[in-house]
Amino acid sequence: MSISETTKIAIPEPREISTVPRFSDRVFRVVVSLGGISSLVILGAIAFFLGIRGFDVLSNTGIKFITQYEWYSAINTDGTAGEQASTFGIGAMLVGTIITALIAVAIGVPIAVASALYLNFYAPTAVRGFLVSVIDLMAAFPSILFGLWGFNVLMPGGEYWAKLLHKYLSFVPLFDVSAPVFSRSPFIAGVVLAIMTIPIITSVSREVFSQTPLDRIQAAYALGATKWSMIRAVVLPFGSSGIVGGAMLGLGRAMGETVAVFTVLNIVFQANFQILLGAGGNVASLIILKFGEASGEEINALMAAGLILFLLTLLVNTVADLIVNRSGRKGR
Amino acid sequence: MSETVKPSSLASIAATKSARTPGSAPLGTGLEARNLHAWFGKNHVLSDISLDFVAGTVTALIGPSGCGKSTFIRTLNRMHEFIPTAAMAGQVLLDGKDIYAAGVDVTKIRLRVGMVFQKPNPFPSMTIGENVLSGLKLAQLKRSNKEDLMEECLVRAGLWNEVKDRLNAQGGSLSGGQQQRLCIARSLAVKPDVLLMDEPCSALDPGSTLRIEETIRELSKTMTIIIVTHNMQQAARISDYTAFFLADGHAGVMVEVGPTSEIFARPKDQRTENYVTGRFG
Repeated sequence: MSISETTKIAIPEPREISTVPRFSDRVFRVVVSLGGISSLVILGAIAFFLGIRGFDVLSNTGIKFITQYEWYSAINTDGTAGEQASTFGIGAMLVGTIITALIAVAIGVPIAVASALYLNFYAPTAVRGFLVSVIDLMAAFPSILFGLWGFNVLMPGGEYWAKLLHKYLSFVPLFDVSAPVFSRSPFIAGVVLAIMTIPIITSVSREVFSQTPLDRIQAAYALGATKWSMIRAVVLPFGSSGIVGGAMLGLGRAMGETVAVFTVLNIVFQANFQILLGAGGNVASLIILKFGEASGEEINALMAAGLILFLLTLLVNTVADLIVNRSGRKGR
Repeated sequence: MSETVKPSSLASIAATKSARTPGSAPLGTGLEARNLHAWFGKNHVLSDISLDFVAGTVTALIGPSGCGKSTFIRTLNRMHEFIPTAAMAGQVLLDGKDIYAAGVDVTKIRLRVGMVFQKPNPFPSMTIGENVLSGLKLAQLKRSNKEDLMEECLVRAGLWNEVKDRLNAQGGSLSGGQQQRLCIARSLAVKPDVLLMDEPCSALDPGSTLRIEETIRELSKTMTIIIVTHNMQQAARISDYTAFFLADGHAGVMVEVGPTSEIFARPKDQRTENYVTGRFG
């Protein structure tokens, strides 16, 4: 007989390890759990409400609700029935939402990343503290003020740039215009949204850049790096997930922005891919435009539009999470 | 102290090496610190250090924690100034020229005086091969036959045989000791004349430490090496010269410097003897 046969030992089942938390701990657990769940409940309640109210319109209109460009309510403002049947389609507004948000991110991200790099690596300490509080203030600034400023101040200047873009780049379909109307265009709205999203992208990127491990920064300098080559080799790979995350937060804000877009944009129900042409709109501005005088079915249609916007934002955030999780780990 | 080392044993370790005398190895570039002082804010951490590093030798800096050894070597390639309140006085001469002189391009200094840190710090976003060549990119140097350079550096750092089949793997996939040799290979790629090492083995196991010590002996044939270490056997094994630093509640000073065998066998200063015999520190 070998030793292993004679000294066979029974291998036990793993024990269950448990602790009984104290009463105070259980109370605290309930309190924080409620806090944690509350956001989920509120979000769920909003989605549920929008879904209930918008369900009829969505099921009647079907896919046309997001592909069709017309928005017409058969009920007149005085309550009498109109001649035609109602048609509700937010296609043009969806196009506008995505285009203005993308313009905002395309303009905002490079500026925000540059300013985050400046604040972290170039700014003198005194300037840094001051600028950070200015940027935080800018993030909390009411959007109507951005809208008014955009309309009255930015637009005249913006028109000049738009005309310049049109003059030299009109062979690109994006910069072509079918009629010489340059004011109140998605381009101007995108610039206003860019200004509104810069603070949030800046602060998220800055936060991530500042966590770059010091030993890697020093390693780069010890190899004869200049500041810029160090940033390119160490900080940007490390912070890429932060930039993507910040850009997605900015995109989310730009897509949902209402008042600033409503003030600047000339809301027209047509899909406008010519970003310099003064026509367009986004879903949120459609809701604010129609909500005041809508009744009955049109209100439900607006709720359905809200639901679509909600889902679009959800989609963007999910995609952002996926990108951050896939690309973000590499530089860490 | 629990770990008491007999001075005679350290001295015998130091004596087994082929003795090199100053001037016998006219390789690399000499580096010299003259009347060097360093401060962090108002805190005077180094006082009046003058040390001449002979080209082509290994100098070990020993001394208790907080005596300013690391601060000292960081002044030698101008890494000291990255700490916001850091200040210095005195001179550091490379080829007889002051590296702190106005108008000196600090990135060029760091190319000639490389540095290996305590904790291995390869760039995680780069492959092993890219890590080795990262200095070229960072310092914007142009070099042909990069493949040859990569191989040469990895061979000199004693890592080539372990990584030659996976140069495209991430640097972080290596063990700690391998990562540290990768960092050594990375500093070699920009062809420094002097290599500063700040406790390069303190985070490593004895086997990896041995490999790195072999690497250091090998490298010292072609360059000047200055190494901070807490391991006195290590200092005895690898260095030609040893300098003992001490901070007695004041700014750190250099108590004694001399050939390693002398420092361990016949230290001139009582404080050095107390330290190398393990009576304190």
